Amino acid sequence: METKSVIGTQNKKGQVYTDARVMMNEAPRTDAFFTGSEVIKEAVRRASVDVMIAYPITPQSEAAALIGELFAEGYIGDYFRGESEFAVMGQCAGAAFGGARVFTTTAGPGTMRAMENFPMWAGARLPIQVIVTCRGLNSPLSIQPDTLEISYLIQTGMLVWHAETAQDFYDWILKGYMVSEEPDVHLPLALCCDGFFVTHTKDTVMLTPTDMCLPPYDPYRSPVPCMDMECPPVRMMRDPFVMKSNYISYATHASWQQEVWAAVERSRKHTIAWLDGLIETENGDADILLVASGTAVSQGREAIRLLEEDGIRVGLVKIKTIRPWPGEEIREATKNAKHIIVPEFNVTGWLAREIKASIPDTDRLVAAPHVFGGMTMPPEIIVSEIKNALGIRTEVLAGRG
Amino acid sequence: MSKERIKIAPEFFDIMPPEYQDLVTKATYGNEQRGWKDIGTSKELIEEHSLCAGCPESMAFRYILASLPNPEDTVMVGSTGCTSLVFPHVAIHNIHSLFGNQNAVASGLKRALMVRFPGRVKDVVVLAGDGATVDIGLDMTMQAWFRQEKFTTICFDNELYANTGGQESGLMQKGFVAKMAPVGKGFEKVRLPEIAREAGCHYIVNCTVSKPSLIEKVVKNAIYVARELGPTYLQLYTPCILEIGKNSMEGLQEMRDAEKPTERFAYKEYISEPAKQLLAEMAAKDKEKKAAAKQLASQGA
Ligand SMILES: Cc1ncc(C[n+]2csc(CCOP(=O)(O)OP(=O)(O)O)c2C)c(N)n1
Ligand code: SF4
Ligand SMILES: [Mg+2]
Repeated sequence: METKSVIGTQNKKGQVYTDARVMMNEAPRTDAFFTGSEVIKEAVRRASVDVMIAYPITPQSEAAALIGELFAEGYIGDYFRGESEFAVMGQCAGAAFGGARVFTTTAGPGTMRAMENFPMWAGARLPIQVIVTCRGLNSPLSIQPDTLEISYLIQTGMLVWHAETAQDFYDWILKGYMVSEEPDVHLPLALCCDGFFVTHTKDTVMLTPTDMCLPPYDPYRSPVPCMDMECPPVRMMRDPFVMKSNYISYATHASWQQEVWAAVERSRKHTIAWLDGLIETENGDADILLVASGTAVSQGREAIRLLEEDGIRVGLVKIKTIRPWPGEEIREATKNAKHIIVPEFNVTGWLAREIKASIPDTDRLVAAPHVFGGMTMPPEIIVSEIKNALGIRTEVLAGRG
Repeated sequence: MSKERIKIAPEFFDIMPPEYQDLVTKATYGNEQRGWKDIGTSKELIEEHSLCAGCPESMAFRYILASLPNPEDTVMVGSTGCTSLVFPHVAIHNIHSLFGNQNAVASGLKRALMVRFPGRVKDVVVLAGDGATVDIGLDMTMQAWFRQEKFTTICFDNELYANTGGQESGLMQKGFVAKMAPVGKGFEKVRLPEIAREAGCHYIVNCTVSKPSLIEKVVKNAIYVARELGPTYLQLYTPCILEIGKNSMEGLQEMRDAEKPTERFAYKEYISEPAKQLLAEMAAKDKEKKAAAKQLASQGA
């Protein structure tokens, strides 16, 4: 069979298909001052996406509409507005079954509306990327930032990453495809960020050249056959229908699920290489560590600066991926910490629960502050939580979660 | 797909399962004239099935699969229900995803195939039960039609939820006593063929699967029209003999009874003007081709 590399050739927009490592790690970068939504557009412009399916829900509507502009400009194979998030995720599945690189975005109630699809995506080994711009879940209705939906996504078998900044977002959209399309992974990725804080604020982002794009998705580099009637065997469903009431059927289903989670584990090595580790630490030897994901990390950085002024030294652990879960990394990073503070933008404290399940001496962990329903997380409330843990009296702050 | 792709390396031919050898040597992929008459003389694209003995769905599957004009480039989308137990035995790529989202999956699939294979025909055919098509999946069924997605939707209408044990469905007749309709269904059978027409389908047929030649005709028409113009819809009566208390041998008679002129499944079709034109053009071309072949044959003789 003839094999030819597309690297170095041009797509119809004149972009050069570039080795992803060269494009992401070596190519010159230029700065731009963009909103998170514009950053999503710029990443997708360079991602060689075949199909994008959109549905409006704040705070992702702008990004989803901007990608429509990319389609109109000819950067995307096909694009349309579906009728609901449930339908959109089914449409994404169909496109991915047919061998396309697929992109979509959703948030909050949309994530929940679509939920039945996510374990199906993982089980069918569809490397779809969905951007989740987290927002509150009903009821009452809220459009404000809140990360509760991530706690549902992490049980689906999808890869789940949590971006802190627009720069993370830009890089991880592109790198995300490289990880989730690896044949030994081949899983969907939920790339999450905190709605508004990332999507609607402007930030300086270093972009790769516009005339470079990722190599296209190769649907035949896959652990499961592409449903396009181009590859044998022809008597084949993508996910075997094993719904019979007998032991063999149960065992098949059980091993299929185990394989999905084994693939999540196998994504670890690729993710570590692409994201430079699943966590990032600063002043890791401090007695007090702030462990967080998403924009709680940014608020934590500010709190650390304030505490420094008081002579209190605090270290930081930024968690980049929730699935795969960096349990060992967190255990190692926190092994000497006397106090572990976990601030979160949700009411249940799912991140603290995950961390508690991974470390010894969990009474070191303070699952606070928690803000939700759209409340912001001023660094002062993190400071006061830390001082509290140290037995230092502080004045009570209004707006504390 | 060309047949080349599924050719077995000669060294390995004898160790391949006979079933697969037959698929490569005796199936009708690539034969433009394939149809219901091949049943019994060639390798069928459906091997076995795990439906109840005598279930008319099994006949429907055989007729439809024998009639696909382009099986080597057709992908099917199913849904949860009795049909999903058959799909693993079908020798063309097929997708089971969730219960009710079949027309959403097919929309994404068809578009992906159009992006990936420009200029080539890749047919997409949905085949799902009435619960999947009309109840849980109705919004996606209709929205795909509104959007003029270019694929065929086939509904196996057995007028109930068979796979879960015979519950009321939207396509059940009014007054029928079933599980979850303990005092009889309270509203009329949903008129999906009419809804399909209003929603933009170009070719719609409502009938039973008692006659294989008829199924061949309507399946081919539905697929040709979907390919060129937009959505098409077939609603086929495949009675659930188990739940209506019939024996294995009684399915065919049940369908014949239901297709009498005043009955629910009396043959009914709707063809849009562009679809009529397309089918007429195709028929004319076909006639020309046959005439030319005949002339050639007579010259040769
Ligand atoms: C979300 C969801 N709801 C309900 C079910 C249960 N369920 C499976 S098959 C089925 C009935 C299928 O009925 P129909 O589409 O008419 O197909 P039939 O079995 O009659 O051929 C139902 C309700 C399911 N699998 N998923
Ligand atoms: S339950 Fe009904 S529809 Fe399902 S296989 Fe049996 S007879 Fe056919
Ligand atoms: Mg039914």
